[in-house]
Amino acid sequence: MDLIVAPLLQGVQMFAVLALAPLLLGYTRKVKARALRRAGPPMLQPYRDLLRLMRKEVVLAHNASWLFRTAPYMIFAATWVAAALVPTFATALPFSWVGDLIAIIALLGSARFFLALAGMDIGTSFGGIGSSREMLFASLAEPAMIMIVFTVALVAGSTQLSSLAAFMQDNVDLRVSLGLAAAALVIVAIAENARIPVDNPATHLELTMVHEAMVLEYSGRHLAMLELAAAVKLLLYVSLIACIFVPWGLAAPGSGPTAYATGAMLYLGKLLAGGFLLVLFETSIAKMRVFRVPQFLGAALMLGLLATLLLFVSRSF
Amino acid sequence: MQVGIALWGVAVLLGTAVAASLLQRSRPATALTYGICLVACLGILAAACHYLTLSAAPPQTLRLPFGLPWTGAHLRLDALSAFFLLVVNLGGAGASLFAIGRGGPATAPGRVLPFYPLFVASMNLVVLADDGFSFLLAWEFMSVSSWALVLVHHHDPNNRRAAYIYILMASFGTLALLLAFGWLAAGSGGYTFAEIRSGSGTLPAVVLILALIGAGSKAGLVPLHVWLPLAHPAAPSHVSALMSGVMTKVAIYGFIRIAFDLNGPPAWWWGVLLIVLAGITCVLGVLSALMQHDLKRLLAYHTVENIGIIFLGLGLALAFSSHGLPAPAALALTAALFHVLNHCLFKTLLFLGSGAVLAATGERDMEHLGGLIHRMPLTAFAFLTGCMAISALPPLNGFVSEWLTFQAILLSPELPSWALKLLVPAVGAMLALSAALAAACFVKAFGVTFLGRPRSLAAERATEADPISLAAMLALALFCLLAGVLPGLCIDLLAPVVLGLSGARMPPQSTLPWLSIVPVAESRSSYNGLLVFLFIVAGSLIAVDVIHRFASRAVRRGPAWDCGFPLASPSAQYTADSFAQPIRRVFGSVAFLARERVDMPLPGDRRRARLSVTLRDPLWEVIYVPLAAGIAVAAERFNHLQFLTIRQYLSLVFIALIGLLLVVSIWT
Repeated sequence: MDLIVAPLLQGVQMFAVLALAPLLLGYTRKVKARALRRAGPPMLQPYRDLLRLMRKEVVLAHNASWLFRTAPYMIFAATWVAAALVPTFATALPFSWVGDLIAIIALLGSARFFLALAGMDIGTSFGGIGSSREMLFASLAEPAMIMIVFTVALVAGSTQLSSLAAFMQDNVDLRVSLGLAAAALVIVAIAENARIPVDNPATHLELTMVHEAMVLEYSGRHLAMLELAAAVKLLLYVSLIACIFVPWGLAAPGSGPTAYATGAMLYLGKLLAGGFLLVLFETSIAKMRVFRVPQFLGAALMLGLLATLLLFVSRSF
Repeated sequence: MQVGIALWGVAVLLGTAVAASLLQRSRPATALTYGICLVACLGILAAACHYLTLSAAPPQTLRLPFGLPWTGAHLRLDALSAFFLLVVNLGGAGASLFAIGRGGPATAPGRVLPFYPLFVASMNLVVLADDGFSFLLAWEFMSVSSWALVLVHHHDPNNRRAAYIYILMASFGTLALLLAFGWLAAGSGGYTFAEIRSGSGTLPAVVLILALIGAGSKAGLVPLHVWLPLAHPAAPSHVSALMSGVMTKVAIYGFIRIAFDLNGPPAWWWGVLLIVLAGITCVLGVLSALMQHDLKRLLAYHTVENIGIIFLGLGLALAFSSHGLPAPAALALTAALFHVLNHCLFKTLLFLGSGAVLAATGERDMEHLGGLIHRMPLTAFAFLTGCMAISALPPLNGFVSEWLTFQAILLSPELPSWALKLLVPAVGAMLALSAALAAACFVKAFGVTFLGRPRSLAAERATEADPISLAAMLALALFCLLAGVLPGLCIDLLAPVVLGLSGARMPPQSTLPWLSIVPVAESRSSYNGLLVFLFIVAGSLIAVDVIHRFASRAVRRGPAWDCGFPLASPSAQYTADSFAQPIRRVFGSVAFLARERVDMPLPGDRRRARLSVTLRDPLWEVIYVPLAAGIAVAAERFNHLQFLTIRQYLSLVFIALIGLLLVVSIWT
């Protein structure tokens, strides 16, 4: 029984993250439009965009190399694998031990590495500007993320997300260090997903754009892959915050179908709440200058470091 | 008897060195020399691998009848030296194979051929030596032969300066090691390592600091790294690969041999000292690398960074050992040794790749390269693999050793010492910072060199490297992938080494299902490189297949879009300097006192606008410039000692003798 159900659940998780990611994007756009008193596109618009892009032909620049053509698929696959490793509705799925939280961050790092290279492949100035700034942001966001990992790992005694979530479910207590880590994780998530105030996902032809500058030369199915990867990454971060800081409802291994159904419903609820909070934050803040962003991310790094130091001083903080 | 095979290999290399200095400098002679080096390296490699896979093989010793008359030359093969023999000869075989192809020295083979086999042989001998005298002799041969190789292109004054600074630092380092061995021998009464081990050391702290200076100056530990980014790029590329990928590892071997094996139980502050230096080395190395636009110098600075990562693992291992925690010490030591192997693989690969670029274009300066991925696709592929590996990206090998280091850091709250408790997380942040900056640096290195449009005629006319050089690079790239997807096998290979040094080992990994690695317990952390690799490959293949089958596979070529304003000139692209500009602005103003000056002419003035950037190296200015000035002043002062009369000299000798006798009589 377990031999069939467990891989099936893993498969459900893998395809659920893929299927839900555009919906989350559509939902945030809709909420954002409503918050700005606009009607906004329908929630299913991202799916339509993706399908349309996939059907269109690809226009490649004359000097695009093999790296430019393969990068979108690699970026997509690396992001997808990373997202499939984050518990969404259940913990301890059969492949959850393939990578821990550090590996998930590093997988996203691999995706970013290829995206930045792809931005430099055509040899245009916009591509270079995007890659250069993306790597600057990453060089601050990644250590901040590692510090967050240290904090939660020292609290829970594990970097394995399933064990972490199970620990957090059982040991509910307010800790200073976890609060600091949560704040840092939100900052990192905003920066990593190219949201306001770090970057504007709706922008185009703007000197401050970062993510859009790197994918400027992409079209057709390649662009669809990159957009899907970006959507999956947003879902990944929301799931990650939910799994570490609000892990309630995650189904334990071997529990009945009702537990899985509850887990799935709660997960959808968490996604909706996360998307709503993100929009609330985005609409209440203005975009930053590029060289203010290092200070913003440096705050996350310092919060993470402070949380870790507190835990090294005493495990009860 | 593997030690015998290794010794025969060394003898063949030494014989080749002698023969090469007599042979004609013809093309076949060059190929033959490197071919023999390759075979000798592969032979020693096989012997070392065989020894490591034998379970609990006893150390093999050999005594040769030369060296100090009352000691002779002792050689010994144990697990530690077998592992480092593996590293040395893996790099040596790769570099030799590369040199058989067109990547070998194009100019002045007569300056390279005799010294190259000598260099490889002396590195093997350092690892095999079992007494202080043979160790130092081999170490000096290693320094001098590599110095001669740095001076191959001696017409360039920069290379002469690099070689001068290198030989100064190398002599200084050997002096420190000489004193370290003297101190060790004073405590035990003999120069063989067996006697040193059995004796009781006096003042092990002095020995540790001397070993740290001696080995650290060779390895490139900050602040003793200044020669490294000058000397490593100056040598021919396959020698640079050996110096960066292998010789620094021999230095690490020297440190491990003294600190973990010969010098007795560690004190708590040794770990603190090492961890602090390692953290600074990591960050300063990678930041300096980011500021470079010379491809080989960038790689050399990255060697400094990676030496920092290795020393961080070693420092953690010492800290854990000194507090009686053998299991975490074994984890940290495994991480460090695994990174030794990994760095040897990818740094050799990257230097060979830069050598292929240099051979194809004659350029080391990235600002004159670009677009090479079209003309050198296979070199670009191999170089990209190396870039991913050194940036610690899964599923390649660099990630595994950094992951293990992070796992070791996460065990450090068990340490009772407060200094370590506060220090380790901060250094962990520095390690994470340097990993992220390394990724930025290699996006820059690969992106500017291989991607975009060619920035010079040489880059436009480059041709792919020859098949033999490519074989060397692709083989190393394959090893990087294998070590990344099968880390459990490497960790088990390291187990006897770690067991011998820290008294514990990591749990066996190769028997775990799916070849995962689990450093402590499965509920704590696990990683499976093989499945990550397979999932990424499968995920991208599924995506390609589904889209091509059900959506579209049409491709049209057109001009670049660039928001409608593409500029035809390749100089409109981002350059290496402009790529690093944001990072320079954020970090460089502190680390390098970077100053940007914009000279903007007034309207109507037809001067060109200029942006100039000045970077200064604070370490050089604070430590080395005053030191050099002090030595110059002292030399000036002592100069008149050379012009004394014979009477004065005799009285000087007499006073010195009396003084020394007084010291001895008061001391005892």
